Amino acid sequence: MTSLTLVRRIKARPSVVFDAVTTAQGIAQWWGPDAGPVLIAEADPRKGGRYRVRFRKLDGSEHESSGEFLDVVRPERVVMSWRWKGGEEDPNESRVEIALKAIPEGTEITFTHSLLQDEETSRGHAEGWTGALDKLEALFAGEASA
Amino acid sequence: MVNYQQRLNRTFAALVDPTRRAILAQLERKSSASVGELAKPFVIKLPAVMKHLDVLADAGLITRAKSGRTVTVRLRPQPMREAMAWLSRYERFWTGSLDRLAAYAERKEAELRSKGA
Repeated sequence: MTSLTLVRRIKARPSVVFDAVTTAQGIAQWWGPDAGPVLIAEADPRKGGRYRVRFRKLDGSEHESSGEFLDVVRPERVVMSWRWKGGEEDPNESRVEIALKAIPEGTEITFTHSLLQDEETSRGHAEGWTGALDKLEALFAGEASA
Repeated sequence: MVNYQQRLNRTFAALVDPTRRAILAQLERKSSASVGELAKPFVIKLPAVMKHLDVLADAGLITRAKSGRTVTVRLRPQPMREAMAWLSRYERFWTGSLDRLAAYAERKEAELRSKGA
């Protein structure tokens, strides 16, 4: 399955991290790949509720993604669908699963961003591709310099 | 018709197996190899290696050309590039976001603690 997993430890209790991740007020503070601003943040964090986030990158380009909360279990798990407006970044619908675990120093948060499976490739491939970007990169780097 | 999403899923499904990754790594070091050369480092039997080659060929990650009794295998990097682009896009997105999420949540936690919560 096509997916990327990132794990991070945060020095804050799970309920604080969970609200930062799921509320519009929280999302407005951190969403986006660089220090550019969040322009719109809307979220209705309950099963079936929707979210929409628009942000501007430092290069001036604006991007918007939206989707539905597929599962919300405060403060341990949230699953949402994800689609880019316009689809130029990635035309597919994807799925983001965020799991929070209490640890002595605060919270361990795991983000898994996966491409939805089509039936053909899902047969016999239950195993996920867990962020082994380095392996792929190693293969790719050799090719690029060849 | 195989669309972008199917191609990506197929590429990742092919890459998830360590034997197949080892085969690709071999091909990356040489420009081409025969099936026999590729099978040499593995304890698994030739037919099993052939099956892995079928999966890699279906995913478009290798090409096979037959000349006489020898099948020459070559790496085909396009699907890997596409997979890399997908992974790095979301890796950049979430890595940048997570840095700021951590900073924000830690600030909120500090506020709560200063209020004695």
